[in-house]
Amino acid sequence: MSAWEPVIGLEMHVELDTRTKMFCACEVTKGDEPNLHTCPKCLAHPGALPVVNERAVEYAARIALALNCSVQPRNIFHRKNYFYPDLPKAYQISQYDEPLAVDGWFEYWVDDEKLGCRINRVHMEEDAAKLVHAGGDAGRIAGSDFSMVDFNRGGTPLIEIVSEPDIPSPEAAREFLQQLRNLVIELGVSECNMEEGQIRWDANISVRPEGSAELGTRTELKNMNSFRYLQQALEAEIPRQVEIIEAGGRIDLETLHFDPDTGSTTPLRSKEEAHDYRYFPEPDLVPLVIDPDWVEGLRATQPELPAARAERFMSQYSLSRADALVLGSSHALAAFYEEVVALGAGAKPVANWTMGEYLAHLNAAGLEAGHGHVTAERLAKLVKLVEDGTVSTSSGKDVFARMIAERAEPEEIVERHGLGQISDMSKLKAAVARVVADNPAQVEQYRGGKQQVLGFFVGQIMKATGGRANPQLVNELLRKALDG
Amino acid sequence: MIGEDDVRYVAKLARLRLDPDEVARMAAELAKILAHIGKMSELDMTGVPPTAHVLDVVNVTRPDKPRPSLSRADALRNAPAVSDDCFRVPRMG
Amino acid sequence: MPALDPLRLTARVAKRLLVDGEISSAELTKVYLDQIAAVEGHVRAYIRVTYDNAAKYSTKVDREMQAMRGPLAGLPIAIKDNMVTEGVTTTCASRILHDYMPVYTATAVRQVWDDHVVMLGKTNLDEFAMGSSTENSSYQTTRNPWDLATVPGGSSGGSAAAVAAGEALWALGSDTGGSIRQPAALCGTVGMKPTYGAVSRYGLVAFASSLDQIGPLTRSVYDCALLLQHIVGYDPNDATSVALPEPVALPDAERLDGLRVGIPAEYLAVGIEPGVRARFDETIARVEELGGNCVEISLPHTEYALPAYYIIAPAEASANLARFDGVRYGYRCADPVDLLDMYERTRGEGFGPEVKRRIVIGTYALSAGYYDAYYGRAQKVRTLVRRDFERAFADVDLIASPTSPSVAFKAGSRTADPLSMYMCDICTIPVNLAGLPAISIPCGLSDGLPVGFQLIGPAFSENRILQAAHALEGAIGFAPAPTFCDSGADAACLGAHAGTEAQE
Ligand SMILES: [Mg+2]
Ligand SMILES: [Zn+2]
Repeated sequence: MSAWEPVIGLEMHVELDTRTKMFCACEVTKGDEPNLHTCPKCLAHPGALPVVNERAVEYAARIALALNCSVQPRNIFHRKNYFYPDLPKAYQISQYDEPLAVDGWFEYWVDDEKLGCRINRVHMEEDAAKLVHAGGDAGRIAGSDFSMVDFNRGGTPLIEIVSEPDIPSPEAAREFLQQLRNLVIELGVSECNMEEGQIRWDANISVRPEGSAELGTRTELKNMNSFRYLQQALEAEIPRQVEIIEAGGRIDLETLHFDPDTGSTTPLRSKEEAHDYRYFPEPDLVPLVIDPDWVEGLRATQPELPAARAERFMSQYSLSRADALVLGSSHALAAFYEEVVALGAGAKPVANWTMGEYLAHLNAAGLEAGHGHVTAERLAKLVKLVEDGTVSTSSGKDVFARMIAERAEPEEIVERHGLGQISDMSKLKAAVARVVADNPAQVEQYRGGKQQVLGFFVGQIMKATGGRANPQLVNELLRKALDG
Repeated sequence: MIGEDDVRYVAKLARLRLDPDEVARMAAELAKILAHIGKMSELDMTGVPPTAHVLDVVNVTRPDKPRPSLSRADALRNAPAVSDDCFRVPRMG
Repeated sequence: MPALDPLRLTARVAKRLLVDGEISSAELTKVYLDQIAAVEGHVRAYIRVTYDNAAKYSTKVDREMQAMRGPLAGLPIAIKDNMVTEGVTTTCASRILHDYMPVYTATAVRQVWDDHVVMLGKTNLDEFAMGSSTENSSYQTTRNPWDLATVPGGSSGGSAAAVAAGEALWALGSDTGGSIRQPAALCGTVGMKPTYGAVSRYGLVAFASSLDQIGPLTRSVYDCALLLQHIVGYDPNDATSVALPEPVALPDAERLDGLRVGIPAEYLAVGIEPGVRARFDETIARVEELGGNCVEISLPHTEYALPAYYIIAPAEASANLARFDGVRYGYRCADPVDLLDMYERTRGEGFGPEVKRRIVIGTYALSAGYYDAYYGRAQKVRTLVRRDFERAFADVDLIASPTSPSVAFKAGSRTADPLSMYMCDICTIPVNLAGLPAISIPCGLSDGLPVGFQLIGPAFSENRILQAAHALEGAIGFAPAPTFCDSGADAACLGAHAGTEAQE
């Protein structure tokens, strides 16, 4: 039996955070009551015409540039025709054979391995309205009595990003999406809020004999709304396809639905008709001719993006790639980290504290980096207190927790709770002597050559001093007492 | 040549219910019209670019500035069916 | 108050009378409402007459004349019922919009409203402007006041008939393949299609977006320019609208000295009625008398324009009319069993036969596998048609042709054969494909029915066209008024009201 490898491509839709919709001046809002943000254009009343939102074009171009695409000199909008209640014109204004940008690539990391994926295209379009299914098995189409349409979201600027099928594994697909989402957020063009559906994706997957250059027939997984489900769905789909092929069967080009409860993929009920979108150039809009100077202007004002920032962190702060990717993932976190380092604390220990205690604190409190009571100044002071031996690492964690609870400076907390490290030789010598005297059996083992027992003695001393004993001095004194 | 099957396929795409008489009549009429339209294939159009638009205008956009939307009452005023401040449509079958 | 004959009064004169205080807007408006009361039962030009609005608003204009001294203040107007008017139903003569109440107003209408014109009502048309006889209206058939047995042309047949019958001082229409010029010709009025983009399409219910233009139907070329002045301009709500390079001027020319006029051989090659041809030849002779030089030219791709049009227009229409789906406004079928049933029956019951025919053609032409053969090819033909005109305008200033190959034809005589109906627009369609401005003016009668003379110019040559048409209009001196006879009923005429007044 030969080995099989999966080939995965992704198609992502991202809603842009413009103030107004793609083709009308209605405000883009979240969580408002139904149908408060509509006009003749986004309700497709007779005679209404679209006009392009210039900021949406800028935001879309920023995404395209960040994905190393070439922004095309001439842009045309097309009509994509199909009927659905959430699509008021019964066509979506989208782009077809002359899209905004083509031929890009995206680099992402899976553990310590850098992967590249070609980006086929980035184009602009408009989002559909929101449909709610009522009655019957509420919330689902199947069995519902009727549906309701809210056009607040209808017409929100939407960017479609299509990758080439270059993604080698479900895990890589997940990393790709997470890192791409970070990138879009960093550009400041979308919050990519997943609950709000601001970023959505479809995956297509096929399998082929390992090493083969040919592509097998793909299936499509739609309606993915979590990174975890994406990975699970792809992991479930691979053996399903392999099984069919090995049994001499054929993969059908079809759309599948992933059920997280059963962990399996099932074909969506096949549509009565094939898609025939009848694309043709949108006669209500004129071409966009992109000025190369404008593109260069955007390029010059792009924010630093996660991948580039990680490279910089590796060289500037001698961080490992894993650490640099985490710290560089968002602008806010990176800025916080750099601020702490700039205040004089060591780059490596600050990285550990930031990724450890600090990120855990942000997650627990639901805060964004840079907010809350643990300011950059306070964390810098704490790291320095640990570095210069004033507090031990374990006491430092205690100090960190108290900074949140007591909203105080680290040195005050050390003072108030007596958390300073014990480096007084007479105190430490007495503690060492006591532990050695109390544990003759372990002393015997150590002297018989079992060096690991040293850890036991250190632990006993730490316990006796509430974790405050200076570990280096304790080590030195113990060796002297035991070896001597 | 267009036939009744084509008319039915296209009517489905266009969400138009046609009764069998209409399908037959339309197939016959369309065959005539398309025969006339077929005249276009007499022309050699090698190297002729398409004209989607007669205007020489490009880059017409608007600033990203909100303008007042319709009141909900106006938005829903013409709706054939309304439910919970939304446009109501029959079950999707 | 001077006696006013609605069959002859021009906006130019009415405006002077208003400004001089010789008549009030209420009195002027009443002249048209009275004429509507007298002849509308026979002509049926209006889908809806806004009596109350017209009476109230004209009184308001009179009362606040000082504040409302807009250039068009107090002049009554009729609007084709495919331009949305907030607060007044807009139907497109379609069952699918039977009680649609617009929530906004078309820019062109808004512009004349802002000048305080008085709206008399919304005029009949072929459903969604698809037709050349106004027989495709779901509501009524409009008749030509020159002979009530004949059609007024279309699709702006209601607007043309209203102006011709003295039921309106002037009107707005729309032209996708001749829909202003052809009914203007058949009804003996002036009608102009401006350069594509000159008038905003915002609020004009779209038929074929790349071809549609709003324009005036009037009783004189001067009126045409006056109305055009107030509807042109760039509209931020229409990305395909543009500012004219120079403002529309009110024409005053009496001569055509040095004007080079091209006569395309191809337009005269196909089935022009002898009477139409005779009036055309006489008019060309007048052009020469006025100092113009007429030369034969060639527009070699003319015969391909009609096929291209009958792909492009239905293709765009098939998408433009998809929004009529029974979800947000308009007709919805009774008791749908599910969404698909609702869509199919709503549209199947809501659209008339011609609209369905065009939706089917357009959908077919765009569907998978046929795009290149039909839509793609039609767009290339469009390029060739444009190039024909560009080449011609290197040598001539304007192009002249009959507007329609025939005079008004009998109602019902062409409805059975769609293709023969489509041939009505053979001389007007290439102009829309190329986006050019063109006017039709009356140039005489043939068998008692008006004949239209068309002048076509390069893009944005509205002023050149208007000046030439004005000079020619003066020389032609077209004077007869419609008789309101019905040749189908042994030439019975309407008698007392309009009929006799017309003869005074
Ligand atoms: Mg898309
Ligand atoms: Zn809107």
